[in-house]
Amino acid sequence: MSDPAAGPLKRTPLYDLHRELGARLVPFAGYEMPVQYPTGILAEHTQTRTACGLFDVSHMGQVRLTAKAGHSAAKAMETLVPGDIVGLQPGQQRYTQFTNDQGGILDDLMVTSTGDHLLVVINAACKDADLAHMQKHLSSMCEVEPMFSRGLLALQGPQASAVLSRLAPQVATMKFMTGAYVVIDGARCYVTRSGYTGGDGYEISTPADQTDAIARKLLSNPEVKPIGLGARDSLRLEAGLCLYGHDIDTTTTPVEAVLLWSVGKERRVQGGFPGASVIQKQIAEGSTRKRVGLLPDGKAIAREGAEIAIGGKIVGTVTSGGFAPTLGRAIAMGYVERAQSANGTKVDLMVRGKPVPAEIVPMPFVKHAYYRG
Amino acid sequence: MAVTKYTEEHEWVRVEGDVATVGITQYAQEQLGDVVFVEVPAVGRKVAKGEACAVVESVKAASDIYAPVAGEIVEGNAALADSPGDVNAEPTGKGWFFKLKLADKAELDGLMDEAGYEAFVKSLG
Repeated sequence: MSDPAAGPLKRTPLYDLHRELGARLVPFAGYEMPVQYPTGILAEHTQTRTACGLFDVSHMGQVRLTAKAGHSAAKAMETLVPGDIVGLQPGQQRYTQFTNDQGGILDDLMVTSTGDHLLVVINAACKDADLAHMQKHLSSMCEVEPMFSRGLLALQGPQASAVLSRLAPQVATMKFMTGAYVVIDGARCYVTRSGYTGGDGYEISTPADQTDAIARKLLSNPEVKPIGLGARDSLRLEAGLCLYGHDIDTTTTPVEAVLLWSVGKERRVQGGFPGASVIQKQIAEGSTRKRVGLLPDGKAIAREGAEIAIGGKIVGTVTSGGFAPTLGRAIAMGYVERAQSANGTKVDLMVRGKPVPAEIVPMPFVKHAYYRG
Repeated sequence: MAVTKYTEEHEWVRVEGDVATVGITQYAQEQLGDVVFVEVPAVGRKVAKGEACAVVESVKAASDIYAPVAGEIVEGNAALADSPGDVNAEPTGKGWFFKLKLADKAELDGLMDEAGYEAFVKSLG
C-alpha cells in the first residue's frame, strides 16, 4: 500500500506507547503501525471477541464538512456517494462509498452527522486522494477541513461498553451507528458506536495531544489489551467486511460487492452520484459477478489472488483469505460469476497449484454482535 | 552424537547417521507469529538442495520451507496437521517438519554451525 519512495514513515500519536508495549511495527499506508503485540495475533483476536481490545486507527483520515451559506453539506456529499446522507439525523452514522464514473469504488467511508457538520472517516491509503476529491467537488458548497492529526481509537468487544462507560456513562445507551460528543478524561472527543470487527464497540476521535493519555487510561482497565493490525484483519474477515484495495476497488461496484444495502433506496431510483447509470443498470439486470463467502474443506488457507474454479474452469478469484481464529478454520471471500454464486455451490480454490474443495456460504462467518438497544 | 546445522533461511538441520531432521529456528517462529497451518512433503519425494518442499502459514502469510540439503523424504511430521502451534511452542522439538535421507553428506559443510547462525541472526539487527 505504501510507497517507500514517498519519504519517511509517519507516526500516530501512540507511537511511543506501541514501542513501550513491545509492538512489532510495520510500514502500512505510509505509517509505522503495530501489526501485533508480544502475545500474538491469535491471542489478540480472542481477546477482542471475548473481552475488549484497543486498536490505534489514527492513521485513518478524519475530515469535517461544514455547509457554506445557502448550501447543505449532506446534499453536497450525495454528489460523490450513493448513500442516503440527506436522511441522516443528527447523531446518526452511515457506511457508504466514493464512486467513480464507471460505478467503481474509490474508497469506502463512514459519514456521521453532528447536526452542524458531517464527520467523515476514510481509509489511510486513500486519504490524500479522497481529500483532494472532496476539495475539488465540494468546496463551492462546504468547508472541507482535514483533521489528519487527530487520534482515532477503536475500543471493540463485548466488554467495550462496560469499560468506556466508566469514563463516560452516556456511551452505554448509544446504539450501533450513532455518534456523540463525549468528554473523556477532560478531552472533548467524538464517539461513535461502530467498528470493523463485527462485534460491539466504539471508535473514539481524540485531540492529538490527548490521545496517548486516553489510550493509557483505557488500557489500565483489566478487560482491555492492545490489538494490532493483524487481528484487525482476521476480525473483519470473520465479520465479512470488505478491505479496500483487496475486496473492493475502482474495478468493483457496490452491486458486485453486495453492498447494495448501503445504497439509499431513493438514491437507487434518483441517482445523482458518480457512476449512477452503471449501478442502476446492474440493480435492474444484475451484475456479471458477485462477492461471496468461501468455506474451504480442511485446513489449507486460500489467500488473496487464489483462483476459484468449478470443474477446472476458472470462475473467479479470492480477494481475502485467512485463518478464522473464532472458528478454528480457514475462511475466504472473493468474486465469482453471478451464475455460479448461489450458496452451497461447490468450488475449488487453487492453492499452490492444487485444488482445495470449498463451498460458497453466506457471510458473516461469525455472527455480528452490534448493540441495537 | 547429533550435529545441528543452520541455513540462512532460518532452518535447522539435525543430522543423525545419514538422516537429517529439518525444522525452523526460534528466530523464524518469532518472525512468523502464530502458525495455523503446515504442509509437509510426502514420503519418498526426492528433493534438491534449495527446493521448496514444505509450507508454513501464520495468520498473516504463507512461507515456503526449503530443503537445506538434497535427499529423499523419509518422514513428515503428521502431528503438525492438528497442532501447528507446536512450531511456535517447540520449534526445535515437537515442531520439526520432515526427515530426509541425505544424498550427499558433504553438502552439510556448506551450512552454518550454531555460533555461525547466532552471528548471522545478530547481523540482521
